[in-house]
Amino acid sequence: MHDIIAFLPGVIIAVVGLIALLMEAYKKSADQIYGLTIAGILAALGVAIAALFGDSGTAFTGMIVYGGVASFGAVVILLGSLFSVVVSRDYLMEIDLHRGDVYSMILLSIVGMLALASANDLISFFLGLETMSICLYVIAGLIKDKKTGAEAALKYFLLGAFATGFLLYGIALIYGATGHTNLTEIAAVAEPTLMFMGGSALLLVGIFFKIGAVPFHMWTPDVYQGTPTTLTAFMATAAKSATFVAFVLIMSRMLPESDTDIWTNVIQVVAILTMVVGNLIALAQDNVKRMLAYSSIAHAGYLLVGLAAGTPEGFTGVLYYLFAYTVMNVGAFSVIAYYERNKGLDFTEIESYAGLGFKFPLMGVLLSIFLFSLVGIPPFVGFVGKYYVFAAAINAGLIPLAIIGVLASAASAYYYLRVMVYLFFKDSHKEYSLKPASLLFSSAVVLMAALTLYYGIEPVLPFSGLIELISSYYSL
Amino acid sequence: MLEQYMPIIVLLGVALVLAIILMSLSRIVGPFRPNKTKLNPYESGMDPVGQARDRYSIAFYLVAMEFIVFDLEVVFIYPWAVAFMQHGVGTFFAMVVFIVILFIGLIYTLKKGTLDWDMKNIKFEATKN
Repeated sequence: MHDIIAFLPGVIIAVVGLIALLMEAYKKSADQIYGLTIAGILAALGVAIAALFGDSGTAFTGMIVYGGVASFGAVVILLGSLFSVVVSRDYLMEIDLHRGDVYSMILLSIVGMLALASANDLISFFLGLETMSICLYVIAGLIKDKKTGAEAALKYFLLGAFATGFLLYGIALIYGATGHTNLTEIAAVAEPTLMFMGGSALLLVGIFFKIGAVPFHMWTPDVYQGTPTTLTAFMATAAKSATFVAFVLIMSRMLPESDTDIWTNVIQVVAILTMVVGNLIALAQDNVKRMLAYSSIAHAGYLLVGLAAGTPEGFTGVLYYLFAYTVMNVGAFSVIAYYERNKGLDFTEIESYAGLGFKFPLMGVLLSIFLFSLVGIPPFVGFVGKYYVFAAAINAGLIPLAIIGVLASAASAYYYLRVMVYLFFKDSHKEYSLKPASLLFSSAVVLMAALTLYYGIEPVLPFSGLIELISSYYSL
Repeated sequence: MLEQYMPIIVLLGVALVLAIILMSLSRIVGPFRPNKTKLNPYESGMDPVGQARDRYSIAFYLVAMEFIVFDLEVVFIYPWAVAFMQHGVGTFFAMVVFIVILFIGLIYTLKKGTLDWDMKNIKFEATKN
């Protein structure tokens, strides 16, 4: 019973997901399943927030951790899922994908994410990762009758399976070197032998693939482009947050204190590559979704800066950044979905955004808020996230890394602001009208914008709370 | 330490000898009238060498999907059945949960018409662009 309560958010989501599957089998309407999905995610979110203030420990004979980092990860994942599911209805209806099985597939992948974000054992880590990934392969291929959809699913599946092979081999080698799969038990006996190092390297390759870090990023733009836009938001935020939380757990629990250098050196190099390559290629993108895909690669780079610091402060910064990234990125994708769902008009290229800002001011302003936040400009939450991550790197003595990060994010201003230039400073001679947004959709997007602003203005409180959480978690 | 591998070597030897005996026996005793199809490697009725872009019935995949449901069930139930007496009631309910989840999957696939192979009853979704 203690185990079930420790993993209650995941259990709720799993039960709701299975009920949704049955409801779809018995031909209940998609709206009912949609309502159930939102209710289930809300319930799980409530439980996860309550668990954030509860105690922490391990459950399922040490397979998972709860409380602290795991609960915060669950909150971020569920928040990202909630927002992307709420904004999905209007958009999916337009492309004939407002179906019950789509929502149950989303729910089942959330179960995997929650398991991943609370993994305390390489086996539960792998289990969560695969549960999440297999559902995401299906989600990537939902648009069956277009080439981009088929390309997304096939590319994601083949490369994902390949990366899983690396990951599993890494886990096997670590097990061979230490005789354990439990993270804390590995930390107790690990020595930097060749076998352990080799295993770590392969494990890192698998993780880098899943978070889309350079040089394992090639799948990201194609997959993000081919997936239905609101579900791209789900993949880019919830799935990435889950993998990063698992990464934090592995870094902080599996590596003995003295040996973190081995990993942080590698992570530094990958972080630099990811930030520079992601931002540079994003500069050249004319397709808005591909631009956001490269921007999400760049954001994975900023997150890696916090991990490269390898300190509790850095890990806290990563967690805070995940929250910030989730809110602003789902917001940006939602507004793009709002434009894209007008079928006759093509909103894939940036040129087609000309003049949209003044014609439809509400969504234009909201998109600008999210984009400013993605650049990392002060009154928004994106700035706070970047500040904590880079400050942690500087305090850990990684000053060159922080400088490269700041320069790269300065370069990113170009491609984010370019969208706004098209929105507000270019004229379009075409006459057209957009389908009005539903109340649910607009209120969700406004709420995300409000969170982006609020936590940008008042960031200190939650951060100090997080620091406390993490330090209590370390004494576990 | 190589002695540990002795049984495996014995097994390999027995397998080799047995295979040679059986193949030569069937060649000596049985009739031998080869043709192209008979000499093909056996691949459950499929052409072993052919185009990768062959089309075959979707029913193959549907059966494979049902098979996975039962296959997984068996893979987990065997070791569980051997050991569950030592582990108490908890493992019993854990297995019940596992079987219920698989059963829901089975209901879903059946309700979606996996075993409904009468092509007249299947409405193909019109692909829209």
